[in-house]
Amino acid sequence: MAISLKLPYLATAALSGLLFGAGLYVSQMVNPLKVLRFLDFGAIPSGGWDPSLAFVMGGGLVVMFLAIRFGRRRDAPLFDTSFHEPVFSKVDRPLVIGAALFGIGWGMSGICPGPAIALIAFLPNNLWIYLVAMFIGSYLGSLVMPSEGRERLPAAAPAE
Amino acid sequence: MDAFTPVPALIGGGLIGLASALLWLGNGRIAGISGIFGQLLPPARTVVWRGVFLVALIAGALAAAYLVPGLGVGGPAGKPAALVSAPAWTAIPTPVWLAVAGLLTGIGTKIGNGCTSGHGICGLARLSVRSLVAVAVFFGVAIVTVAVTRIV
Repeated sequence: MAISLKLPYLATAALSGLLFGAGLYVSQMVNPLKVLRFLDFGAIPSGGWDPSLAFVMGGGLVVMFLAIRFGRRRDAPLFDTSFHEPVFSKVDRPLVIGAALFGIGWGMSGICPGPAIALIAFLPNNLWIYLVAMFIGSYLGSLVMPSEGRERLPAAAPAE
Repeated sequence: MDAFTPVPALIGGGLIGLASALLWLGNGRIAGISGIFGQLLPPARTVVWRGVFLVALIAGALAAAYLVPGLGVGGPAGKPAALVSAPAWTAIPTPVWLAVAGLLTGIGTKIGNGCTSGHGICGLARLSVRSLVAVAVFFGVAIVTVAVTRIV
């Protein structure tokens, strides 16, 4: 409660969201066809393949990798009492099945959750159908496998 | 090469990385969009920052469209291309096709605990084995899905 409503904390979330949305636009990942042209490996022999998505991932990974390294030398982030490391560690069946289901949805549409939300800025036809379905899917997923505990640290979870 | 755009891709990717770095070093949170989105639902405990982040994400995309409209994101006047249509051979109406895609994405990212951002950027940067497996599976399955549906 205390921490989540402080101004610097919320301002950080806002600035991060702004940069994230801008990055999705600049990298053209808001264009479903651009994503599908990466996933279309069948086009490699004919030269029609678009490797741009790999460069988006690469650019993001390098920056985030350095940030993780930097964070490891600190006890806590600037505006919270601890880093919320994901607590699951095992490669289990839900992880693989979930990733596979998501892969089908991604391949069918060329949209993943980030671009789907960013596209609300432009409201292409049928976007709401996709978003409502994603919301329902997420809810159904939480019934199949309650995972709301996944962010909790083993001890001393910060009061929210 | 069909409209390969390495420079905007790297710059945009860098912005996404910067956003993820800021959320991690500032608030200690993983910038995983499916998680942030999915945990707006009960029994979510912290809705406020997630709502702020998602609204800002929409605003960021809109602001970029005004600032750099000439990037060519597929549609007219700086707007992205339309969503895909269902492949004609399936005889499935497009709204149904997109609903199925959204449903699978929602369920999959929930039980798999992440999507392209959470596993793909944050997880790989943390050298998480779980994320490496998830990324390999969803990229592999998506590539097969595109090959089978011939949607492009």
